[in-house]
Amino acid sequence: MRRAPGALAGPALLLVLVASLFPLYWSVVVASHDGASTSTGALPLLPGGELVDHVRAVFEAVDFRAALANSAIVAVTVTASNVLLSTLAGFAFAHLRFRGRRALLGLVVGSVMVPAQLGVVPLFELMGWLGWYGDLAAVVAPGLVSAFGVFWMRQACREAVPRELVDAARVDGCSSVRIWWHVVLPAVRPQAVVLAMLTFLAAWNDFFWPLVVLDPVESPTVQVALSHLAGGYYTDYPLVLTGAVLGTAPVVVLFALPARRLIAGLRRVPVDR
Amino acid sequence: MRTQVSFARRGREAAPYLFIAPFFVLFATFGLYPLLRTAWLSLHRWDLLAGPVEFTGLANYARLFADPFFYNALANTASIFLVGAVPQLVAALGIAALLDRPLRGRTAWQAVVLLPNVVPVVAVALVFTQLFMRDHGLVARILSALGAGPLDWQAHAWSAHLGVAIMVLWRWTGYHALLYLAAMQSVPRELHEAAALDGASRARSFRSVTLPGIRPTLLFTAVVSTIGGVQLFTEPRLFGGTSTGGNDRQFQTLVMYLHERGFEQLDAGYAATISWVLFALCALVALGNTALVRRLVGRW
Repeated sequence: MRRAPGALAGPALLLVLVASLFPLYWSVVVASHDGASTSTGALPLLPGGELVDHVRAVFEAVDFRAALANSAIVAVTVTASNVLLSTLAGFAFAHLRFRGRRALLGLVVGSVMVPAQLGVVPLFELMGWLGWYGDLAAVVAPGLVSAFGVFWMRQACREAVPRELVDAARVDGCSSVRIWWHVVLPAVRPQAVVLAMLTFLAAWNDFFWPLVVLDPVESPTVQVALSHLAGGYYTDYPLVLTGAVLGTAPVVVLFALPARRLIAGLRRVPVDR
Repeated sequence: MRTQVSFARRGREAAPYLFIAPFFVLFATFGLYPLLRTAWLSLHRWDLLAGPVEFTGLANYARLFADPFFYNALANTASIFLVGAVPQLVAALGIAALLDRPLRGRTAWQAVVLLPNVVPVVAVALVFTQLFMRDHGLVARILSALGAGPLDWQAHAWSAHLGVAIMVLWRWTGYHALLYLAAMQSVPRELHEAAALDGASRARSFRSVTLPGIRPTLLFTAVVSTIGGVQLFTEPRLFGGTSTGGNDRQFQTLVMYLHERGFEQLDAGYAATISWVLFALCALVALGNTALVRRLVGRW
């Protein structure tokens, strides 16, 4: 029995809509006006015509082209690696028998709750030893696989790959690697897409660690370049928000394509199952 | 022939370990090792660039527990968390209840609600900082149109905390709402029908059927938002532009203090000490949350 919406449901939803979209809309408005009209003049409510000029200015003020490329390299590498390595480990935990499986899985689950951010000081030291300070490798390497990903793909393998299928492939003489590649990977594609989206977003949005380990001028990611753009004594907001719009656009476009899948997948975030 | 068979079998026995090896090697290198080394570093006077200066035992901890800046950052973190998290989870429950009704364009609504979570935190912080500008920010102009004077958001602890909490709230409410919605839809409809037959009002049914039904999810979101709250950095850091969080450190959070000590003053041993205390705090708060949600929801 679904109850009919109450009288306040409509206005409440409208409020949610406006609150969700307004800050994004406002950033476009500010980005497309010159500084004077947004800081002293009348309050503009519609986008102006300066956006293209500001985009050009952003690319002049910081090496935004390199930053976009760096962020793309980091996010794509980390995403591909997470999906492959998590599915590999998830498959082993879900369908292969080996000694110590329970204890090792316990370690995975336990480490989901460990805030990795807190190990930054030795991690910084480690990157110095490896000679990776200021290098994208320093951002990519710690993100190559995550405990969450392994746990997520283990659940996916248990749901989407019937044990009989694995056994049948085994009887046909398939090695574990072949089973993983030909049976498991195709079967868990929907869950893998969701993991890929979540990983990509997290990698694209990461700020703290890249800020610590990358040079803000030489080799930043988009987020570090943005904060550099906003630093200094005087903040040119139209310029800064143009940068923010530029840094947001790729993820919003990416999100718009499979939003339905991402939402369906979010509803399966392993809570206690 | 026999050697081939045993080779194949050995391959099959080794395969699972090879499959999980990449995770454990990477986790050991970039997760576990730094965590353990943090403990070792915290027992030293240690320069970030020069390395160990001197073994000092628990001196860093003694210093930390007598450090007013540490308590200030702790109080700010707690304050921002409380101001942000409670309304956030309540609003998320409300939005989930709204979406858990017959609704045209359901997926579109869910996409809109999730959108803020997709936007990079840095962009969120910059947009809201612009909205909260002292004299000419949109919020200031609306306030002055309503007859209130302009407010220097960053100058006062309460307004700076509120500003940062609003950024967190905006970014995370929709995400939690979708988690709640998913949980609500898995509560058996018959329970609601039975409650209605017993004469329960809609509010009563929500309290007595829905909330207990989604308890695991409530717990999960409480833990997730707490751990996020303890680690809060990007929003307040960009709000003020420095790691000190305002002239009087009025909105410096614990991770900002960690960043200031470790990566600006290069006092790595002391930063490691802050890390360990933060880690203990995360564990403690997660446990506390579990107990709290169990008590609150279990009683109803």
